[in-house]
Amino acid sequence: MTDSLTCAELVELVTDYLEGALEPAARRRFDEHLAVCLGCEDYLDQIRATIATAGRVTPDDLDPVARDRLLATFRDWAGSDPKV
Amino acid sequence: MDAAPSGLTADTTTVAALAARDEATFARLVDHWASAMFRVARSHVSTDASAEEVVQDTWLAVLRGLDRFEGRSSLRTWVFRILVNTAKTRGVRERRTVPMSALAPAETGPTVDPDRFRDADDAYPGGWKVFPAPWPSPDHGVLGRDARTVVVEAIRELPDRQRAVVTLRDVHGFGPDEVCTMLDLSPGNQRVLLHRGRAAVRARLERHFGATARWGATP
Repeated sequence: MTDSLTCAELVELVTDYLEGALEPAARRRFDEHLAVCLGCEDYLDQIRATIATAGRVTPDDLDPVARDRLLATFRDWAGSDPKV
Repeated sequence: MDAAPSGLTADTTTVAALAARDEATFARLVDHWASAMFRVARSHVSTDASAEEVVQDTWLAVLRGLDRFEGRSSLRTWVFRILVNTAKTRGVRERRTVPMSALAPAETGPTVDPDRFRDADDAYPGGWKVFPAPWPSPDHGVLGRDARTVVVEAIRELPDRQRAVVTLRDVHGFGPDEVCTMLDLSPGNQRVLLHRGRAAVRARLERHFGATARWGATP
C-alpha cells in the first residue's frame, strides 16, 4: 500500500477528481481512500455543496450590472442607426 | 449559466428581434450575460470602470454588427468572442502586464492548513488530526441563504484570477473549455485556479458553520 493516498494529498486532488482529469490509476487510489475515510468523504461533500451553493448565487450580487446605462446605449443605437 | 436563448433557431429569432429594435430582447440578454461579461472583461483590464466600458463597447459592437452574425456559432459564443477581443485590445493599451498564462507563487502550496494533518513521524502521516466538522444537511445539495451570502463574500475576496474562474465556472456555469478561451488559460492552470478558489470558499463556509468537529479521527 505504498502508493495509497494520504488525506493531505487527497484534498489537493478533489478538483482534478471532479473535473475527470485524474489518470485511471490515480482515480482508483482516490476512490479507494474515499471508501474508507469519513473525513475525506465529508471534505468532498463539502466541496460539492460549495459548488452547488455558488450555483445559486445571484450573479448580480457579485458583479452588479450597469443595466440602465446599457439600456441607454441600446436606445441611442436604436434611435440613430438605420434599420438593417 | 442559464443560457436562456439557446439553439440556433432561437438565436436567429433573437438577432431578428434586436435588429427590429426590441428593447425587451436586449434587456433579457443583458440580464443573462452582462454580469459574466463584466467578470471576463475585468480579467483582461486594470480597473472595474475599464471593464464596464468594455462591456458597453461590446454591446454596441454587437448591435452594430448584427448583420454579420451568421449563426455558425451560438449568439452567446459570438458575443463573448467580441467581448474578449475588445477587452484584450484595451488591456494591451493599458499595458496590463500580469500574464494570465503563468501562475503566481501565491497560487501554489496547500489549500488546506497543513496543521490539520498528522506529522510525518505519526503512525498515519498526512491523515486528518480531526475530521472536518459536518455541515447542516443541504437542501438538494444547496446550502441555505446565509451560506449563499458567505459564498458571495468569499468569492469577492478571492485573488482576481481565482475569482474570475470560480465565478464563470460555478456561478455562471460556463464549461472549462470556454473559460480557458475567455481568460487565456491552459486547462491545467484553469483547474489550479478553480481548485484554489473553491477550497478558499469552502474554508469560509467552514468558519461560518464552526470548525468544531463533533467527532474526529483522533483516538
